[in-house]
Amino acid sequence: MTTNALRRQGSKGQAGDKIFSGAALGAGILILITLFAVAIFLLIQALPTFSANPALITGGEGFVSYIFPIVIGTVIAAGIALLIATPVGIAVALFISHYAPRKLAAGLGYVIDLLAAIPSVIYGAWGYLVLAPALVPAYQWLAENLGFIPIFAGPASQTGKTILTAGIVLAVMVLPIITSLSREIFLQTPKLHEEAALALGATRWEMINMSVLPFARPGIVSAVMLGLGRALGETMAVALVLSTGGLIPSLIKSGNQTIAAEIALNFPEAFGLRLSELIAAGLVLFVITLAVNLIARAIIARHKEFSGAN
Amino acid sequence: MSKRIDVKDLNVYYSKFLAVEDVNIEIQAKSVTAFIGPSGCGKSTFLRTLNRMHEVIPGGRVEGEVLLDGDNLYESGVDPVTVRSQIGMVFQRPNPFPTMSIRDNVLAGVKLNGKKISKSDAESLVEKSLQGANLWNEVKDRLDKPGSGLSGGQQQRLCIARTIAVKPQVILMDEPCSALDPISTLAIEDLINELKSEFTVVIVTHNMQQAARVSDKTAFFNIAGTGKPGKLIEYAETATIFSNPSVKATEDYVSGRFG
Repeated sequence: MTTNALRRQGSKGQAGDKIFSGAALGAGILILITLFAVAIFLLIQALPTFSANPALITGGEGFVSYIFPIVIGTVIAAGIALLIATPVGIAVALFISHYAPRKLAAGLGYVIDLLAAIPSVIYGAWGYLVLAPALVPAYQWLAENLGFIPIFAGPASQTGKTILTAGIVLAVMVLPIITSLSREIFLQTPKLHEEAALALGATRWEMINMSVLPFARPGIVSAVMLGLGRALGETMAVALVLSTGGLIPSLIKSGNQTIAAEIALNFPEAFGLRLSELIAAGLVLFVITLAVNLIARAIIARHKEFSGAN
Repeated sequence: MSKRIDVKDLNVYYSKFLAVEDVNIEIQAKSVTAFIGPSGCGKSTFLRTLNRMHEVIPGGRVEGEVLLDGDNLYESGVDPVTVRSQIGMVFQRPNPFPTMSIRDNVLAGVKLNGKKISKSDAESLVEKSLQGANLWNEVKDRLDKPGSGLSGGQQQRLCIARTIAVKPQVILMDEPCSALDPISTLAIEDLINELKSEFTVVIVTHNMQQAARVSDKTAFFNIAGTGKPGKLIEYAETATIFSNPSVKATEDYVSGRFG
């Protein structure tokens, strides 16, 4: 007898295993293909721009001097948004996860999630009709008292439709992303680590500092990066709120432009070289987003040894 | 540097549920006291009331008095943060801070509440505490490595080092060996024997042999049934509890007839 009792009998349960692993592999490949296809599309469509006569590019001085100001404008708007939204988002998330009474926390979390569901055009309209006029006196004050700093140089915009307003609207839009992701992660902090800190005689804030924030740091970085992705790519709100113009250092005068809004505002009437110019701008945005993500991953990986995953 | 604990008429609640009823106990300074009893009898819950960790759980509250050398822990105006710096705690599963090095783990409690410590003082405190926890020789060459890279038994001794570094009056241990192998368990038990020359130690354990090996006095807790509150059944010298207990339930438990 050479039959092995441990030899596989029939194929019961095997099919399910194969289907699932196939589906998982397929989904993984699909994501890679999509990313790759988008990159190829952008590259091919943008190519004419790079080989064209510099004098024919908008502005008449080649692609780099066309794209440079709006790249800076994009980075400024997204930077303002994150500068405001990150500390506020983390503070709100901590309040919900560790300070608020449980009933209030549940309600507040729900409201924050609702903020994320508001379409961006609504935010744009709100920024245009409510926020911009409301900020005019503040901008005038800034221009009068802090005007010696280049970013607050006057005269301030009379409509309030400035890059600072656009950044604030973006901050409100990315706030729910940062808040709800951070809150989820704060809530996952092992009770064991929180109690370890408390048992040593830590106050609530010291406990958060010793156990919650270190545990949540990679998650906070991811949350901020997702927020940054939205802030960089956001189109409607900026297109409605910002009164565009050339690159200027002052944040409270009308001027500056972002890539996404530039594409959206000009795309419908563009053809030929102008069209590939805008797609090249999209390619630049794609590369910026990719670079930001890679940097974020590098930051997380650097602290791997101390992440608690081992 | 150790104080006694007196508990008077203590009732422990989770919201409205009475978990432990009417405990009276005197725990002597510089001794090891063991709490034994079947699962769910409230011994861990009661232990956590001795440094106000019970109230960290939502709904957790107590009635009655816990006196540390005569000072009531639950008097209004007493800050739980101060209580916990005087009465340290070691948990069931080793919980060093994963993002901190071994050195920072030992110093974690010392640097709290805005206290500053000079570099040389910190170095000698780290060495003294790790030696006190019988861990110094194993980790002295890798103090900057993360604490989470140690074995389970070493992590638990690191937690003990972290606890004794803040120089508490009392150390509470909640089943400190239940996640450890026999050799690590032995190391911790030896350590407990050494700790009592300086600290008052209270230990909850599921392991009756452990209670017999390490403790001077033993308290037996029990419940009448599910949903009923846990009670302190008998409290006496460890030798008495294990050889000649005065209550039938204690005898049944220590002889292995239930639990």
